[in-house]
Amino acid sequence: MIYLDLLIGFFKVGCFSFGGAYGAIPLIRDIVLAYGWLTDEELTYMIAVSESTPGSIMVNIATYVGSAKAGLPGSLLATFAVVLPAFLIILLLTAVLKKTMNNKYVQALLDGLKPCIIGIILAVGIYMVIEHCAANGAADIRALLISAILGALMLLLPKLTGKKLSPIMLILISAVMGAVVYSI
Amino acid sequence: MKLIMDLFLTFVKIGLFTFGGGYAMISMVENSCVERKKWITHDEMMAAVTIAESTPGPIAINAATFVGFRTAGMAGAIAATIGVVLPSFIIIYIISMFLDNFMELTIIANAFKGIKLAVGLLILQAGLNMARHIKRNALTYSIMAFGFASMLLIDIFSLKFSSIALMLMAAAVSLAAFFIKGGDGK
Repeated sequence: MIYLDLLIGFFKVGCFSFGGAYGAIPLIRDIVLAYGWLTDEELTYMIAVSESTPGSIMVNIATYVGSAKAGLPGSLLATFAVVLPAFLIILLLTAVLKKTMNNKYVQALLDGLKPCIIGIILAVGIYMVIEHCAANGAADIRALLISAILGALMLLLPKLTGKKLSPIMLILISAVMGAVVYSI
Repeated sequence: MKLIMDLFLTFVKIGLFTFGGGYAMISMVENSCVERKKWITHDEMMAAVTIAESTPGPIAINAATFVGFRTAGMAGAIAATIGVVLPSFIIIYIISMFLDNFMELTIIANAFKGIKLAVGLLILQAGLNMARHIKRNALTYSIMAFGFASMLLIDIFSLKFSSIALMLMAAAVSLAAFFIKGGDGK
């Protein structure tokens, strides 16, 4: 039942997506791959599309997957499901449980949840970089070259100019480099 | 009703102009909801951002729900949340109908090979940024190492084990450790 899957899958994404846009991608990836909704390639396309359109990546991906798998009802349902947890939690916190965030049990839960999520995010990030640079066991020289330049930009530019390179700029640069380097 | 409509339209505007999501929109909410409409105070805004950071979900959604509820109760919360989601919903829905043909061009496909590399690095950067702001003690470091090692194994061997299960295990361990230590937090 695709509607129920979309509802449950994206509700889970909404419940466990801490850490902003890129922090949430490992979880989104886990779920869309597990359900077979998107391939790793398609997910990357969607991230790029999300960066160049308004709205948060998580909501955009829900809308897209819902639409691709089950049309307009699917996209409404998936979007609703991904937004619902955040909506309910904020409502609870502001309306009923003003002190909950300072509650020691909630803090103990979050103290366990957060480091684990960070570990997962780091693992997925490293895995993705290595996987893309060494597809099928052989090193991809082009990918290594692009990654090295992008990595250097991310590290050095803030030091030189004092300004952080925004994700959208980095994605633009990487797109141009990909189009040039892979076409040679 | 006029207030609800105002909330809805304000958040449609915010939803339409938050590219890349996240922190860029905080200044937009500050500008429209705090300075112009005076729906919430600056301090409330900051409190909302702090809450948004330790709760799941995009900051845009959290902020909309918060401002909407504070200003006009449940109806306001619903109007603002729908408003902030609506623009991206419409745009992505339209894009979803055309994406496939677009990807068949070789040069576009090559560009996406480059983007894929950037995404991996951005995820890594997000993780490193978050790691800087957690409590530093043996338990958090062990849990972080556990999450990292387990997820790496899951990815390398394509194991059927969900990352949510890992998070729930970590939360349970942390809660257990809290009780063993006597429940006083430190």
